[in-house]
Amino acid sequence: MGLVDWAKGAFHKTGSPRWFFLGSRRWMVGLYAAGIALIVVGSTIGLGFVPPERFQGDSFRILFVHVPAVHLAQAIYVAVAVAGLVYLVWRMKMADMVIEAAAPVGMAVTAAGLATGVVWGMPTWGTGWVWDARIISTLVLLLLFFGLLALRQAIPRPDRAAMAVSLLAVVGVVNLPIIKYSVEWFTTLHQPASLTLGERPTIAPVFLVPLALNALGYYCLAAGIVIAALRMKIIERESGTSWVADWLAGHEDRVGG
Amino acid sequence: MRAFAALFQRDLLVALRRPTDAANPLVFFVLAVLLLGVGAASAEKGLGGSAAGAVWVLALFANLLAVEGVFRRDVEDGTLEQLLIHARPRFAAVLGKLAANWSCAGLPVLVLSPLAVYVLGHSTAGAGMVMLTLLLGTPTLTLLGAIGAALTAGTGRGGLLLAVLVMPFYLPVLIFGAGASTAAGAGGDAAFELLVLGALLTGSITAAPFAVGKALAISQEY
Amino acid sequence: MSRPLLNARGLTCVVAGQRLFATLDLAVHPGDLVEVRGPNGCGKSTLLRCLAGLYHPEAGRVERGAPFTYLGHRAGLSADMTPLENLRWFAGIDAARVEPATLDEAMDRVGLGAARFDRCGMLSAGQQRRAALARLLAGHASVWILDEPLTALDDAGCALTRGFIDEHRARGGAAVCATHRSLALPRSAHASGRDARLPQTRVVALGS
Repeated sequence: MGLVDWAKGAFHKTGSPRWFFLGSRRWMVGLYAAGIALIVVGSTIGLGFVPPERFQGDSFRILFVHVPAVHLAQAIYVAVAVAGLVYLVWRMKMADMVIEAAAPVGMAVTAAGLATGVVWGMPTWGTGWVWDARIISTLVLLLLFFGLLALRQAIPRPDRAAMAVSLLAVVGVVNLPIIKYSVEWFTTLHQPASLTLGERPTIAPVFLVPLALNALGYYCLAAGIVIAALRMKIIERESGTSWVADWLAGHEDRVGG
Repeated sequence: MRAFAALFQRDLLVALRRPTDAANPLVFFVLAVLLLGVGAASAEKGLGGSAAGAVWVLALFANLLAVEGVFRRDVEDGTLEQLLIHARPRFAAVLGKLAANWSCAGLPVLVLSPLAVYVLGHSTAGAGMVMLTLLLGTPTLTLLGAIGAALTAGTGRGGLLLAVLVMPFYLPVLIFGAGASTAAGAGGDAAFELLVLGALLTGSITAAPFAVGKALAISQEY
Repeated sequence: MSRPLLNARGLTCVVAGQRLFATLDLAVHPGDLVEVRGPNGCGKSTLLRCLAGLYHPEAGRVERGAPFTYLGHRAGLSADMTPLENLRWFAGIDAARVEPATLDEAMDRVGLGAARFDRCGMLSAGQQRRAALARLLAGHASVWILDEPLTALDDAGCALTRGFIDEHRARGGAAVCATHRSLALPRSAHASGRDARLPQTRVVALGS
């Protein structure tokens, strides 16, 4: 019973923009710091200390960026869809702001994943683009993110836009596995074998350490960026309320510095 | 299911009153076949084995074009408000509208598709399978596209925005529809693809009308 | 005291950061006429859309104990069909409340007898309003929710509308209307309501 009460309290608190804004600064700074530190360490190991790969030479090192980016992109979409469901069910404004803050980040990460994939593919496959399942899925994910942004922009009323975007996000996440499955089926049955990527070879532990550090770092950094964007949205949307005025008054000395 | 019948009849009647509007998707399909034939096909072999897949892509675009306007006039003249208030069950009314929309666009394209396969591929191989997969697949496209059309209803922006919104959802249908057609054209077996198309249709008939109803209700909240 | 036909409690509406109305209570009983008044942009239409279930208020709830109908700024008529056809398909989705047989009679009463076979797209704005009124008459909804019902109507049309509302109230119906002009007839004959409570004409002023 105590746990239920605690969960309810946490739910309501997180749903309160004021509570979140005032309490999240520490989290934002911490996640930024952790993310940057992890990426610096992971990339240093990955670029400087890991031996070249047997077949790919040094070009495989871009995977330390590529793999975390693609995984992070999918995780962000799922997070956006969960926020969408929360908004549809409880009409919690914070959930909508999470979507608005996270969707551009997700789109940028997806684009980065796609671009690094192309760069990696050129020396490895001899071509930057093949109709491979993972590439198509990532491209579709990019379109899904773009759709969220475009739909919000198309609807002038913020609350209506929020509902529509939430619905689209939820419908999209239902379709994500179907799209993934169909694309995988498509590439395994209808493409010449020479062009398919196939299973990625098992990763030696020496490569795994920088990969894991970078992946964790990307997650932390993305969370930090989303929280920062969220804080800006909160200030923007709640600008008429007294607590924002109070907060601004208390920080006047720090504005611009 | 009175709501289904009422909306189905009503939308067919409106389509009959504006025959050229209703024929637009079909004319677009014919036009696109013409352009593809002129722009991409060789004189002797046409598009060869890609003809069936190409016809599928064109049918998909024709469907998108048709579904784009499915709610536009209802939003403008206030019919949608009345539907949201009075039509029960709401999903039956939505299904009625979409069935009428498909009958005006998907069905004629389906009927013409073997001809399109023939003129583009210089062979009727796979033409029957194109018809069958369009029969199973295009209603799914209409249902999924209607979600996008409902989300953009009343924004005054359909067209490209709708295409961006629904293309990711069209992709599986295209993959299995075109895949089955191409396989059948090459003399292969396509039972699995047909089963998947059937499953997608069943799933979208069950779920899409609710999403459409929800999206329409959102569009009228002002 | 009987259950109200329509009962709104604690309605709060915030549109684009602006509070239109807060904790508004409204109980509509048989025979009532509620006139919602106020300057442009004060939330009259939004209140009616809340009552009709088209708009979800930020707080509060609406209990709809009786069949209702809504007539907004747009008449809900397809330009490609005649008034009669428009009413007829509507009767199809609303079978419990609209009797197809009464449609012709309703057409005559709103003065569209001659125009019933013209497409709505060719009718004037006032004639379209009249066709929408015919839908109210043919239906059996207890509560009419009307957004500026007199818009575009000529003097005769306004008189007709007031008469229809009066008649509807006499039968135990009720109307909630956003309006700038009074909709009640000068000498209202509703003192003999069936309840102990007397039916009343009330004004809800918004934006004050």
